[in-house]
Amino acid sequence: MRRVPIPALIGLFITGLFILSAIAAPIIAPYGLSEIVGDVWEPASSEFWLGTDNIGRDLLSRLIWGGRTTILVAIAATVVSFVTGSVLGLFAAVVGGWIDQLLSRFVDLIMAIPTLIFALVVLSVMPVTIPVLILVMGLLDSTRVFRLSRAVASDIAVMDFVEAAQLRGEGRAWIIFREILPNALSPLVAEAGMRFIFMVLFVSTLSFLGLGVQPPNADWGGIVKENKDGIVYGIPAALLPAIAIAALSISVNLVADWVLDRTSSLKGGRNG
Amino acid sequence: MDKPLLQIDNLTIEATAYPPGEAPRRITIVDGVSLTLEKGKVLGLIGESGAGKSTIGLSAMAYGRGGIELSGGKIHLNNREIRKARGRVLRSLRGAEVTYVAQSAAAAFNPAKRLMEQVTEAAVTHGRATKAEAEKRAVDLFRKLGLPEPENFGNRYPHQVSGGQLQRAMTAMALCPQPDLVIFDEPTTALDVTTQLGVLAAIKAAIRDQGVAALYITHDLAVVAQIADNIMVLRHGKTVEYGTAEQIITAPKEEYTQALVSVVAKDHEEKNTDLPPILEVKGLRANYRGMTRDVLSNINVAIQPGTTLAVVGESGSGKSTLARVITGLLPLSAGQMVFDGRQLTPDQKSRSRDDLRELQMIYQMADVAMNPRQTVGTIIGRPLQFYFGMKGKELRNRVVELLGEIELGEKFIDRYPAELSGGQKQRVCIARALAAKPKLIICDEVTSALDPLVAEGILKLLADLQEREQVSYMFITHDIATVRAIADTIAVMHLGKLVRYGKKSEVLAPPFDDYTDMLLKSVPELRMGWMEEVMGTAAE
Repeated sequence: MRRVPIPALIGLFITGLFILSAIAAPIIAPYGLSEIVGDVWEPASSEFWLGTDNIGRDLLSRLIWGGRTTILVAIAATVVSFVTGSVLGLFAAVVGGWIDQLLSRFVDLIMAIPTLIFALVVLSVMPVTIPVLILVMGLLDSTRVFRLSRAVASDIAVMDFVEAAQLRGEGRAWIIFREILPNALSPLVAEAGMRFIFMVLFVSTLSFLGLGVQPPNADWGGIVKENKDGIVYGIPAALLPAIAIAALSISVNLVADWVLDRTSSLKGGRNG
Repeated sequence: MDKPLLQIDNLTIEATAYPPGEAPRRITIVDGVSLTLEKGKVLGLIGESGAGKSTIGLSAMAYGRGGIELSGGKIHLNNREIRKARGRVLRSLRGAEVTYVAQSAAAAFNPAKRLMEQVTEAAVTHGRATKAEAEKRAVDLFRKLGLPEPENFGNRYPHQVSGGQLQRAMTAMALCPQPDLVIFDEPTTALDVTTQLGVLAAIKAAIRDQGVAALYITHDLAVVAQIADNIMVLRHGKTVEYGTAEQIITAPKEEYTQALVSVVAKDHEEKNTDLPPILEVKGLRANYRGMTRDVLSNINVAIQPGTTLAVVGESGSGKSTLARVITGLLPLSAGQMVFDGRQLTPDQKSRSRDDLRELQMIYQMADVAMNPRQTVGTIIGRPLQFYFGMKGKELRNRVVELLGEIELGEKFIDRYPAELSGGQKQRVCIARALAAKPKLIICDEVTSALDPLVAEGILKLLADLQEREQVSYMFITHDIATVRAIADTIAVMHLGKLVRYGKKSEVLAPPFDDYTDMLLKSVPELRMGWMEEVMGTAAE
């Protein structure tokens, strides 16, 4: 087993912790998600480890439940964004011609509109349920993945080994998935980590603005929103979910960095 | 007697490798090399890739490329030790006392600045001349190096001159500060033979006139024979043989040097058959989209079964385009191609699977012709799977058999391309082509990226395979020695036209047309004084 660098270990550990707590939320959360158990904004005590929120719910429980929603939505949206973006991007690079032009210009068009504003507009006319949220976030973000995978793939598509496959008479699917994809994987995997972080931030932002996860359900952005008024009175309840968002983002980033390092030094990169 | 200009004693150069997942490891690149160079002399460093010749050359400027450490021995230049020199000493040295000419002039010039500014820069910044003096010197050098309009040449930008001219401009750049030592790192390798001759003669004359010493690094023994006083043969970072140019070329002592010298002269007996041609190209024309000028015009060639057609020409002659048209990557605009009695469609996409299978291609750069993420077994096995539907044990057995045919063993089956040497990679590409049981293989400069001894092995393998499998080759090359070693018929191309075509014995025998004559004469011969002879006859 190769050595794992310390930053990546820290990242793995914290990410693992978040994911475990998301999976095991029903077991480890001391109280229910919207159970009112105490007074408004009670300070931390042995009963409520992190205090209570603006209507007297246990903050720790809400953070654990909220993390579950945040991580689920972010992962699902990343998957949507990746599958759509990379398949279309690779396809555009291999096919070229007017199909490529059409797809690329369409993506440019979408990207010309600020993502957040676009998402707000779409979500204000659609019913805001979690599947819709995932789909909107994933599709908007897939434009970034499309651009990256198309750029990576067009560099690979002109290599002699791709030409050799074409001359052999290979179909498009073989060329995309067997010749190009394995060589494009390392930047794409690293990008997946980055995209996941952006998704966490994106869903948190939307919830903070009120168009994300709807109450009584909660995610970290929503918890910040509920407790933001407490800051004026010196109550740190809004800061805790913010810290959770930051910790998750940074730890995933550390892991993504390491994965990029590892995959780029796989067999293919052993020339130097 | 004065001490020599450059004296290297027992030089050791090391680098640290960081294989992923393993502990860092020291690699010795140059091991105990000693040499001396007197003022005004030329020392040729020769060896295959990885022999450490460029590394030694650069060490004369106390420079090591990324991660390289000049770890032991002495380097004396102008009576001072420079191996451990730092900062100011190095700045006074590089670009002033020692200058460098790189292999690829096109990559070494700044495209945004005029040539004059770049040629005189080192001389001016080192205070070796005022701007006016340096420019005068540069014009002088342009004239000596045979550049057109020496007075105005410096006003041009790098993209406005040809590759050969740029290489000469770079030589002028190196000579302008009037250094004591110039390092030439493969200055003519990237040039066509006809251009190479002119540049080589210009470099030689300029070295002689300026009285500078030079280290001339190359892998081509015939080139170094024209220019060097002494030659050092290197292999794996060690000196194999070191002596005067005459001794190395006429009476090499070491076995390796003897092999290098003899590799140049191989001949192949011409085969004749009356069988109908496997491929016949008639009145072929082609152009790239958006261009009106034909890249190929009116090409007529034919290849007999079991024989080799060599297509010879300089870069830009259209020889690789011809291969692209035949394989259907670039659809022709007029003419026809008959392959094994069948009409070939212009576009590869509409060809039948049998047409694709029977017409295979081998590329110049084996490392980009193989998917770095596939094992050798997958690379060779895929055509078997694709064309013959082989699976499991049958597939594996056939792959092992093919590996045997290319003289690699079964143990290679699970390796990745990055774990193979250049020659082994090219062998795997040959096996991949062979796996399809083709009738014709197009070989596009398959040996030109390889070291001479390795290239010889590949050519021999191709000849053996032809003997056994009766496959035909269309062999694209710029190297006349390769042509002699493998061709039965020859097509000489120039500017997209066929200038000469016929059996080898006819094409390579006088009377020649002008272009073929020039092409043949420009190929360096491995004997001293050859260049003077050729330049002498050209001047008459």
